[in-house]
Amino acid sequence: MSEPKNGEVRIGVYVCHCGANIADTVDVKAVAEYAASLPGVVVARDYKYMCSDPGQELIQEDIHNLSLNRVVVAACSPSLHENTFRGAAERAGLNPFFVQMVNIREHDSWVHSDREAATEKAKDLVRAAVRRVYFHKPLEKRRVPIHSEVLVVGGGIAGIHAALTVANSGKRVYLVEREPTIGGHMAQYDKTFPTLDCAACILTPKMSAVKAHPNITLWTYSEVVSVDGSVGDYKVVVKRKPRYVREDLCIGCLQCIDACVFKEAKFDDEFNLGLSKRKPIYIPFPQATPKVVVIDPEACIQLRTGKCKKTCLEACAERGAIDFEQQEIYEEIHVGSIIIATGYQTFDPRRLPQYGYGKYPNVYTTLEVERLVNASGPTGGQVITRDGRVPKSVGFILCVGSRDERTNRWCSRVCCMTSLKLAHLVKEHTGAEVFIFYIDMRAAGKGYEEFYQRVLNEGVHFVRGRVAEITDWAMDPSEEGKLVARVEDTNTGFVRRIPLDMVVLAVGIEPQSDALNVQRLFGIGCSMDGFFLEKHPKLAPAPTYTDGIFIAGVCQGPKDIPDSVMQAGYAAAEAIALADTGYFELEPNTAYIIEEECSGCKTCIPLCPYQAITFNEEKGKASINEVLCKGCGTCVAACPSGSIKQNLFEDEEIFSEIEGVLAYA
Amino acid sequence: MQPSAKYLYYPGCSLKGTGIAYEESLLTTLRLLEVAVTELPDWNCCGATSYMSVSETSAALLATRNLALAQQAGMKDVLAPCNACYLTLRKSQELVAHYPEMAQEVERFLEQAGLPQLDSVRVRHPLEMLYTDIGVQRLRELTVRRLQGVRMASYYGCQAVRPYSEVDDPHEPTRMDEILRAVGVEPIDYTLKTKCCGGSLTGTIHEVGVRLNYILLKEALRKGAQAIVTICPLCQFNLDAYQAEIRKQTGEPIDMPVLYLTQVVGWALGGGFRELGLHRAISGKKLIEQWFTVKKEAETYV
Repeated sequence: MSEPKNGEVRIGVYVCHCGANIADTVDVKAVAEYAASLPGVVVARDYKYMCSDPGQELIQEDIHNLSLNRVVVAACSPSLHENTFRGAAERAGLNPFFVQMVNIREHDSWVHSDREAATEKAKDLVRAAVRRVYFHKPLEKRRVPIHSEVLVVGGGIAGIHAALTVANSGKRVYLVEREPTIGGHMAQYDKTFPTLDCAACILTPKMSAVKAHPNITLWTYSEVVSVDGSVGDYKVVVKRKPRYVREDLCIGCLQCIDACVFKEAKFDDEFNLGLSKRKPIYIPFPQATPKVVVIDPEACIQLRTGKCKKTCLEACAERGAIDFEQQEIYEEIHVGSIIIATGYQTFDPRRLPQYGYGKYPNVYTTLEVERLVNASGPTGGQVITRDGRVPKSVGFILCVGSRDERTNRWCSRVCCMTSLKLAHLVKEHTGAEVFIFYIDMRAAGKGYEEFYQRVLNEGVHFVRGRVAEITDWAMDPSEEGKLVARVEDTNTGFVRRIPLDMVVLAVGIEPQSDALNVQRLFGIGCSMDGFFLEKHPKLAPAPTYTDGIFIAGVCQGPKDIPDSVMQAGYAAAEAIALADTGYFELEPNTAYIIEEECSGCKTCIPLCPYQAITFNEEKGKASINEVLCKGCGTCVAACPSGSIKQNLFEDEEIFSEIEGVLAYA
Repeated sequence: MQPSAKYLYYPGCSLKGTGIAYEESLLTTLRLLEVAVTELPDWNCCGATSYMSVSETSAALLATRNLALAQQAGMKDVLAPCNACYLTLRKSQELVAHYPEMAQEVERFLEQAGLPQLDSVRVRHPLEMLYTDIGVQRLRELTVRRLQGVRMASYYGCQAVRPYSEVDDPHEPTRMDEILRAVGVEPIDYTLKTKCCGGSLTGTIHEVGVRLNYILLKEALRKGAQAIVTICPLCQFNLDAYQAEIRKQTGEPIDMPVLYLTQVVGWALGGGFRELGLHRAISGKKLIEQWFTVKKEAETYV
């Protein structure tokens, strides 16, 4: 072992019992005694709870009294308590990066039962850490300043709530939404479960509040096209698509719509999922925010051919809000942090042809039925089938595209409750006999189970079993002209045929089809299912691995409105805290380049998952942005000339650690 | 053996007996498509239905002997037109591939019989062959006669697309419809495409088997089909043979031709009435004669 440059090394080793968690399986006394015998170790102790205040004080006192300059703590996972022990060292005047943790809980006592072997393993791990910590260098945390502005991407309920929360704290917010109005999916719902609140009544005040808030800049019909920079200073370019109507002049009188040369609405109305038609000039729904009309360039005769009588222009002559010459505008903004709330899409049930969606007109999705029962929907709130009949029997099929190896594996979390709600509403509107075909009923939420009971008591039939198919094949006269659900009723053990006038598919939730692009744009991760990846599933479900970027709502995973709002509030709180601190502290375990050794081969540049490495053309060398670097080590391992190093993972540290594990004493 | 043969034809028992019209029409169609085919020498029973349910191992041994013979003949593609044969051969391959005990048993057996071990033989169904190897476009081009305005229900039976999906999509099979459309027939939307025809129940629990046949025929009639097109000899036999009995029992005026896909395609390609085995039909004789008899002046050439 070569002498370190900074004088005599004096190591203290602290072995934690973690109550019985470690001590029951590992002979902690023996580990401490063994550690005391290792070269450079001045003191080795065991203690019941090392992370407790007395435990930490023990370390601090030893640092003072015994002049320790290295600390090894053999305890739990560093992700749990590394900061605790680094803090203790710092308080005792030691550079916190002279502390090394050994995980003898998750990596040892919890996964082994042989006490003797587990004790030996703990000794090996401690020996490795003692050898490693010998070579540790003092490192410094860097701070970067934070802009206080926040960008919120997506104007659904999560984005709206996050924007309002941040704005209310006095920070400036940019809310970017790609549709012509904010409101998202929630605006399409009739009522919300389990309270049966009118969705619009609770949502639209918040939408208006966004529009009216002095701290919020609302950009609808807009998309983020590029994101540069890093935490504290993101440079974002937003493309504002032309709506051919000037937002500053339009007052939402809607006279242009009446005046349009199309006397009849002819084009599929996106907001009503094609259940009704709209004109080329339209407003998505009565409470749209901003209340500004929009022209569909694919449908508008003037925009397609330039040969229209432009009756809309005449109708708006006084205000002059219609502007066929409008172009795309690019706006550049600087923000300190970003909240992504881009939402979800529903599963396309055409992928499961056995349910007959798209083939039989009376097969609907839950979202379509939301529009049918809505008083401002395409039928004025009448639940009627596509052939104009009031259904006498309605069947809801749950888990369509969810919990299925062939489509999406995950539970979409809201389909059970959505179906219960719609079953109640459909029954209320039509008096129809309602069936719910389910695998499990999942009603886990405040008041949800009670709502389930209520619907049960209303006489909705619950049939447990996955529906095999929806068919129009009639076996007897009662089935003529109806759809038939063939289902194994697993409660009775019989295959049943249930004739229905209307079938509703409770379609699952999946990531937006362009979620991958969004992920690349913002440099965040995706989990296996394609939803955006949070930093920690339990303890950090809104931050991402990219500092200063937070996620909220269903883009992170299926959730209902209360959970979306809660996560949005949490993401907002994180963004506010970041802005209020004024700076962001960077972990120093970043990679750095020894410039004179870099050959400029550029191998490292495309490998970096965080786009932290650039090429300095002048010098002909690679250059690492320490603010962006997350210390993953990919470039360090790949560098052919070995000219990239990483703080806290220097060659001598890693090699000594390996030697330490392998050296049987 | 013809050295130029592309497929090895495994007829199974049906295509030499009750399903002989399938063999006749298949071989005629292949001839018209100029596809060389040769019969597997010394083939034996595939081990279908009863064997499979009584002793899976014995059934697999029977099936794998056929596959080993094909291997010995140096052929890659074995054409198994009968749905039951197709399924049994495919299933045996899967059993050998995924169950080591079964694989050992089969290896031992093949060794004793002096046959090569199973390797890369592919079991093919004529429908899959027509669709992927020949292609709908080519069939359309080669069509010389069209059954214009005739509506048919394509019927797969329960075995061809389940559980294996090489022949067609298990949930929404459409290839047969595409082929029928290509040769000028109008396929109807037949929801019962893959429902059971009753199989051997017509012989064991007769009334249950006949009831299943009745459902299939009645629905085809309700949807406006004039004939049913099948790719399975047992399905064809069941649907064809009991129509008189069904008429008597139910009073429904059912008299519907039940044709093999190869009969319809073979006819479109220019095959003859007898060489396609069309004279062997039991039900719907009048329609069959009306559609498939070549009247010089009436024949529509494309």
